[in-house]
Amino acid sequence: MSDITISERQAGDVTILDLDGKVTIGEGSVALRGAIRRLLGEGKNKILLNLASVGYVDSSGIGELVSSYSAVSKEGGTLKLLKLTQKIQDLLAITKLLTVFDVFDDEGEALSSFS
Amino acid sequence: MAGIQQIKLPSRIESVDEAAQKADEFAKEQGLGDDFVSAIDLAIRESVANAVKHGNKFAEEKTVDLTLAHTDEGFEITVRDYGTGFTIDDVPDPTNPENLLKAHGRGILFMRSFMDVVEWSNHEGGGMVVKMIKRQ
Repeated sequence: MSDITISERQAGDVTILDLDGKVTIGEGSVALRGAIRRLLGEGKNKILLNLASVGYVDSSGIGELVSSYSAVSKEGGTLKLLKLTQKIQDLLAITKLLTVFDVFDDEGEALSSFS
Repeated sequence: MAGIQQIKLPSRIESVDEAAQKADEFAKEQGLGDDFVSAIDLAIRESVANAVKHGNKFAEEKTVDLTLAHTDEGFEITVRDYGTGFTIDDVPDPTNPENLLKAHGRGILFMRSFMDVVEWSNHEGGGMVVKMIKRQ
């Protein structure tokens, strides 16, 4: 069974990726990287990652979020995070990455922030 | 309740999940709570991943030796690799502004954040050992 399932939705020009599972070393991180690269290849560079159903992230997964953020920024786009679990919020606080990412609890608010 | 478990794992990524699963079962057998188990889980994943990647450099013939012990002091984890070692002071601080957007280098920070003691030493038989304790 795969570590993670990534589903894609479109809301205007913003692409929402709903992640379900683990973003950890190996399969989970690789799947996220692949999804981001594919979106950028399709010219979709406004991306909202919904992490509500991500039960587990390790340092490799956090690194992948950072790499995704950098890759999207490099293409002139924006990557934001939606619905962090307490655990992920704690890890982003420890790593001081809450100062880097735009984080939202409400999807509508997150979508509005892209315009 | 006291107990000890020793596990040898091959140097591959799948060993990270295997180590975490063994530790989870062992910790629950010892009657430890969810928050405690969650902290141990992260520390084991990070330390075993480091041993596989940076210590043994994925050389399958080199094992990662994991020891779990529940003692009066708390929960003790030791992870040994068979690599050439490193100097902990040479590891960059991932929270420095210039390192914030680096993709790697946060594992040790997580180990230190979730465990009460984290110490590295050179094993007399070669390789590095990291010893971590979570106090109860």
